[in-house]
Formats: sequence, C-alpha cells, structure tokens
Amino acid sequence: MSTTNDSPAVEVLGATMTFNRGRANEVVALDPITLTVNAGELVALIGPSGCGKSTLLRLIANLIEPTAGTVRVNGKAASQARLDGDYGMAFQQAGLFEWRTVTRNIELPLELKGWDRTRRRERASEMLDLVRLGDFADHHPWELSGGMQQRVAIARALSFAPKLLLMDEPFGALDEMTREHMQGELGQIRAKTASSIVFVTHSIPEAVFLANRVVVMSARPGQIAAIIDITLGQRDELTREDPAFFAHVTSVREALRGLPASHGAGVDDR
Amino acid sequence: MKQRAVVVLPPLLCGAAFLALWELFVVTRHIKPFLLPKPSAIWGQFHGNFHLVRSSTRVTGTNALIGLLLGVAAGVVVALAASRFRILRELISPLATSVAAIPIIVLVAIFNNLFSITSEVPRRLMVALVVFFIVFLNVAKGLEQTDPTHVELLHSYGATNADIIRKVRIPNALAYLFVALRQAAPLAVVTAFVSEYFGGTQNGLGARITQSIASSRDAAGWAYVLAACLLGLAFFVLAIAIEHITTPWRARQANEFSSIPTTRR
Amino acid sequence: MWRRAPDMDNRDRRVGDTRMRDAARRTLMFIAALALAAAAWEIYKAVGPDNGGDLLGMHVLPKAENRAMPHIWEMLSRFRHAEVRGSHRTIFDSVASGAWYSFRIALAGLALGTAIGFGLAVFMARFRIVERGLLPWLVVSQTVPLIALAPLVESWGGRLHIGAFTWQPWMSAAIIAAFLAFFPMAVGALRGLSSPPPASVELMASYAAPWRSTLWKLRLPAAVPFLLPAFRLAANAAVVGTVVAEISTGLRGGIGRLVLEYMREATGDPAKVYTAVLGASVMGLAMAALVASTEKLVMRNRRAGAVA
Repeated sequence: MSTTNDSPAVEVLGATMTFNRGRANEVVALDPITLTVNAGELVALIGPSGCGKSTLLRLIANLIEPTAGTVRVNGKAASQARLDGDYGMAFQQAGLFEWRTVTRNIELPLELKGWDRTRRRERASEMLDLVRLGDFADHHPWELSGGMQQRVAIARALSFAPKLLLMDEPFGALDEMTREHMQGELGQIRAKTASSIVFVTHSIPEAVFLANRVVVMSARPGQIAAIIDITLGQRDELTREDPAFFAHVTSVREALRGLPASHGAGVDDR
Repeated sequence: MKQRAVVVLPPLLCGAAFLALWELFVVTRHIKPFLLPKPSAIWGQFHGNFHLVRSSTRVTGTNALIGLLLGVAAGVVVALAASRFRILRELISPLATSVAAIPIIVLVAIFNNLFSITSEVPRRLMVALVVFFIVFLNVAKGLEQTDPTHVELLHSYGATNADIIRKVRIPNALAYLFVALRQAAPLAVVTAFVSEYFGGTQNGLGARITQSIASSRDAAGWAYVLAACLLGLAFFVLAIAIEHITTPWRARQANEFSSIPTTRR
Repeated sequence: MWRRAPDMDNRDRRVGDTRMRDAARRTLMFIAALALAAAAWEIYKAVGPDNGGDLLGMHVLPKAENRAMPHIWEMLSRFRHAEVRGSHRTIFDSVASGAWYSFRIALAGLALGTAIGFGLAVFMARFRIVERGLLPWLVVSQTVPLIALAPLVESWGGRLHIGAFTWQPWMSAAIIAAFLAFFPMAVGALRGLSSPPPASVELMASYAAPWRSTLWKLRLPAAVPFLLPAFRLAANAAVVGTVVAEISTGLRGGIGRLVLEYMREATGDPAKVYTAVLGASVMGLAMAALVASTEKLVMRNRRAGAVA
C-alpha cells in the first residue's frame, strides 16, 4: 500500500458514465468530469436530482466502472484502492446490521480484513470513543437514535483508518438540529484523523459549513458547473451566524441557479 | 417482447432439458417401467387413454372447483363479518391458526361416514374447508392492515365506518384475497384427489392413479399424474388471470413467478 | 445523553401486564370457540335428519344418527377402552404411539426438506439464471400427487444397501414429507437472502468482500426474519406430507394408517375414527409448538415484531 504523502486523495480525469449503452434507454449520467481532491480536503458535491453526484461518488468508490476516463484514489487505480481498503463509506441510511451490537458493527470491515479479535476490539473501542458513544458498545442499533446510528456508521467507516471518506448524504435522514450537531461532530473527527472527505449533500448550508471547496453540479448530462472555494477558516457554532457564511451560501445558491457568482468569495467557474 | 422471452425462455429450456435427460436416463440404464417410465411412454398412454383421463379429470376438477368457490365465498363472508364484529374475530382467529397447524385432510375419514358412500360431498366439503381457512386468514389480515393514513383521510371527510370499509378496507383486502387465491387454487386440486385416497367413488384422478399402479400399469398411472399436474397448473393460471384482469395495477407486484425484486451481486 | 425516560420502567411493567391479559383472553376465547363447536355438534345431532337430508334440493346434510355422528363424550371416553375386543391395549396407547411415530417421521422430513430448500435458495440467489429457470418448476412440483412418488421412492429405497444399512419403509414417508416441506423453505429463504437494502450490499462491495462473506455476514442474518415464517409453513407441510404418505402407502405404525383402519371399522365402532383424528391434530399442534419455541429462541436478540 504505497502512497506518497503529497499525492492527491482523489483524481478524476475525464470520467464519463453512460448507463444502458447502446440500448433504447441509454442515459448519459456524467459528461467528462475532471476533479481533484487534495489530501486533507473536504470537498462537497451538490446539485439538483439527476446531476450525477451519487454516481460520481460511486465511481470514486469503484462500485461502478467509468465508461471512459480514469479514477485514481490515493495514487492508485480506484479498483486497487478498493481492494486495499483505502476508503471508508457512509450512506444516508446508516445501514447498521440489526443483528449485531454497536461494537460488532464497527468490527465488520476489520473481520473482513482478517484482524484478530483483540485487535478488533481495541480498534472498535477507540472508534467509539472518537464518536463519543463509548457507553453504547453493547447496544443494538434499534436502541439508538438516528444521529447516534450515523455516528456508529462513521465510526465503522473510519475503523480501518482509511485516508479517504466517501459520504453520500449521511445526515439527510436527520432532523435539522441533529444535523447541525453532526456537522460539528464531523468537523472534530476530521481534526483528529486528518482524512480527506468527499461529501454528497442536498443542503447548501451543510455544504458551505463543512467543505473547503463546494463542487456545484448540473444535470442532464451531469457535469461540474462551478467550484467554489470556502474561505471560512475554523468552523464552530458561531460560523453559521457569520456574514461571510451567508455570502458563501448565496454564491453556491446562485451557482446552482446558473448565474455567474458576483461576490469576491473565491469562485471558480468551469 | 424481449422482456417476455427473458422470463419464459429459461424455465422452458430447463423443462425441456429435464425431459430429455429423463428419457435418456431410463433408456440407457434400462430402468424397469414400474420404477420410472419413459416420458415418451407416459405421453403415449396419455394420448391413448385420453377419454378416461378426461373424464376422471372432470370429476376431480369439478370437486376442486366447487370446493374452491364455496371456500372463497365462505372465507370472504366470514372475514367481513369478523372485521365488523370483534367477538367473532376473537373466536375464530385462534381456531383458524390452530387449524393451520393440523393435517385437516384426515377429516375426510369422518366426512365419509357422515354422507352416503357414493356422495362427492365429502371431497367438496374438504376442499371448501381447506380453501376457507386460507382465504379467511388472508382476507381478515387485509381488512385489518389498512394504511392508517388512508383511514385518517376518510375520517377527515366525515366518512362513516361503512364508507371506510367500502372505500379503503375492501380494496386493500382484495390484494390479500388474490394472494390467498394463488395458494388455494392448486391446493384445491391436490386436496380433491388426495381425498379420494380415503375411499368412496373411484372415478377421479386420485383413485385412477392408485388403480393403475396397483395393476402394474405404471405409464398409465403417470399419465393420470400428468393430468393432475396440468389441472393444478390450470387452476393456478386461472387465479393469476383473474387477478390481472380485476386488479391490473398489481400486475407488477412480486409473485412466485416474477423475479424477487431486490439486491443482487 | 440518551437516558431512559423516568416512567419507562413503569411503562414496561404495564405493557407486560397487558400482554399477559391478552394471552389469557386469547386462551379463553379458544376454549369458548371449541365449546361452541361442540355445542353445535350436539345440537345438530338432536335436530338433524338421521340419514342425512336435502338442503335446497341437494343431498348435502350429514347423517345425525349415532353410527355416523357419535356424541362428543362418546368420542372422548373411547380413548380409555380397548382398541380391539379382548386386547389390553387401549385406544389411547395406540393413538399416542401412532402419533409419536408420525411426529418423528415429520421431523425427519422437515430437517431434510429445510436443508434442501435452503441449499436451493442459496444456489438460486447466487445464479439469477437458475432462479429464472427453476422457480416456476418448483411451483409446479407442488401439484404433483404424492402417491405417484410413494411407490417410486419405496422401490428406490429397497435397492439401497450401504453396508448394513437397509431402507426402512418410514424413510419413504419422510422423503415425501421433505418434498412438501422444501418449497416454502426455498421461497422464503430466497426472498430473505435477497432482502438486504442496496446500501448494505454496496457497503460489502466497498470492502471488496467475496460473495461467500457477503452471504455469511449480510444475507444470511438478514434472511432470518423471512426464514421463520417459511419454517412454520414447512413444518406444517411436513406434517401433512407425512400423513398423506402414510395413507397412500399404508405405512404401519403411523397415525395415517390408524385413521384409515378406524374409518373402515366405523360402522361397528363409530367413535374410534374420531380418536385417531384427534391424535393427528395433537401431532400437528405439537409440531407447531416446537416451531414456535424455535422462533422465540432465534429471535431473542432482535427487535420484537421484526419477523417479516
């Protein structure tokens, strides 16, 4: 598992995705996409339904193969990165296994990677402390709230210490207050683990709060409409009340509407 | 068109391959006919004895059909009554679930004594009973498990209980009725000829099968077996056809024939 | 902090009380239903036509005379008396041993049918094309009359000699029971194995997990809530299959043969056949009880009401 510390976390070069190629219901989900995610960065993907943001995420995860172009993760081909366990994934539904306790859920990827029991237990316990759910090690998923389940899912995604996290609207099913709380939690986890994150979301404030850069995508066919740098520095509870925050939110909103951004907030038009 | 081919072709190929292997197996291994006749021999007997096959199919089929109709009617009526009168539901439900665990086919032994020796009533009654319990359990469940949102909506329109039953519960229960029918229809056929094993008139399919095997005319026996399978299949197809005609919006729902719709490799 | 609300414990206790009351009420209703059925029987005996009668022009009313319809108490007391005149064996002994014999056959058939059904389901889950080709035939197979298979299975078994092992007649009945039991198991298992949400399957793919691991760690545990109702159906099917196999092959020792024998003696001894029918019913209920306790055991770590 050789990676250079300064290789980008993700490199997407001219990747396209066409479903049902050659058939009557052919759909071009993604036009050539070129995107780089640098080490330690959090990049948010945002756009209307059908813009291909989830498809792009799955290309990076090597759950599907691009019709053309390449995807490199951690300096290797995406398929190799998947086999090497270079990334962890989290979905909108926490997707915990009901029949396993919280600890055993976190241990799932470690079991598959052949870790022995002691090592697994240790790591699971560490992860639970990281997401501050140490008291719930032996609980079952249905005994936890939605937000707590998502924290377990994140702990599971981080259990084998991947450098990259791929998250597909993980807070989408939560209510607004829990959502904001989880955004803060994610920030703290990020600070401790220094992972790169690709984060798909529907929520503009969420994208702005979390990301270093926001990638705005448009639909039919999916492509990158704009990339907006977010220059908000350290994020905390007060960030959401900062005028600069609102300015960024407005830039993103306007980019989504297709207007050229007119604020000096570091906008990149592609 | 291609969609239909994808659904129909694999089972047809599978069936054809099975028959070919069967024929080959019997011929090359010189299997005695009393063990396992050749498919070609069976077909010959089916063709040759067709009038007998047809008349016995008619007897068994009539019993199955009458029992099926009676059982469905009774099951639906009692389920409706039970949804209206709580006490009825409380009395019948535990009884119905216990009956579901018992091999009630043995009741034919009792019915044979309650009616005359030449009566077809014991068989029809047995089929009706088996069908009744399946239909009752399913329709009662359907009447009970309606979407609470739908019920709330109707309440907001000031609907009476009767309205709710008519407009929400019954259409919902219809779906469950067809689930029951799909199961009950072939079961009616099987129950009809198994009932014949207990004695009584011997001109139905079940009796003819026993007769043929007892007199070592095995290919003939298997021909009756083939007729029984076809009869069962016909009832099943009829049930599905009725479902598609009356409730076409359920045509896409998963049943035993459609591929189970969920995750794959 | 996620804390239990202060009145949670009280609420649990109250829920426990209502559950007990519901169970008591259900048992009461069951007994009441049986009592009503018995009453209806006796009433018909009192008012019904002795030799059967007509309803709407069709001869569909059963005979109410004692030789056809014995009194309920006559049926129950018959258990205590001798099976055949002059023998020391009571009906109760015969029926009980017959029922036990059949119960064990049904159990064997259930075990075999479950194993085959489950194995087939895994095979079909792995290879979609197999599912498409095989499933319709599995549905059809359930209409094949069992009696056609019985002599076949018996003579095949008769040729089987592995060392000192010879085919016992009861094994044919077990095979037929297995034949009836495997279908609900196969369908239920297939549905269960295909039940995990796409996100969970994607998760396993993201771990580059081989199909075997996904089966063992995801699909199988996810299938359990589907396997249990399927198992219930398979158990009932095994019981029915055993009884019908016994009747069609005349297997000695089982309850099915007792039902046939007693039915033939019914003109002289009308209450006898009812004892055998009761015995068969008890056997079926015993199997259902066994399945229910298995269900409780397996689901003890899961959320209540999570059975599909």
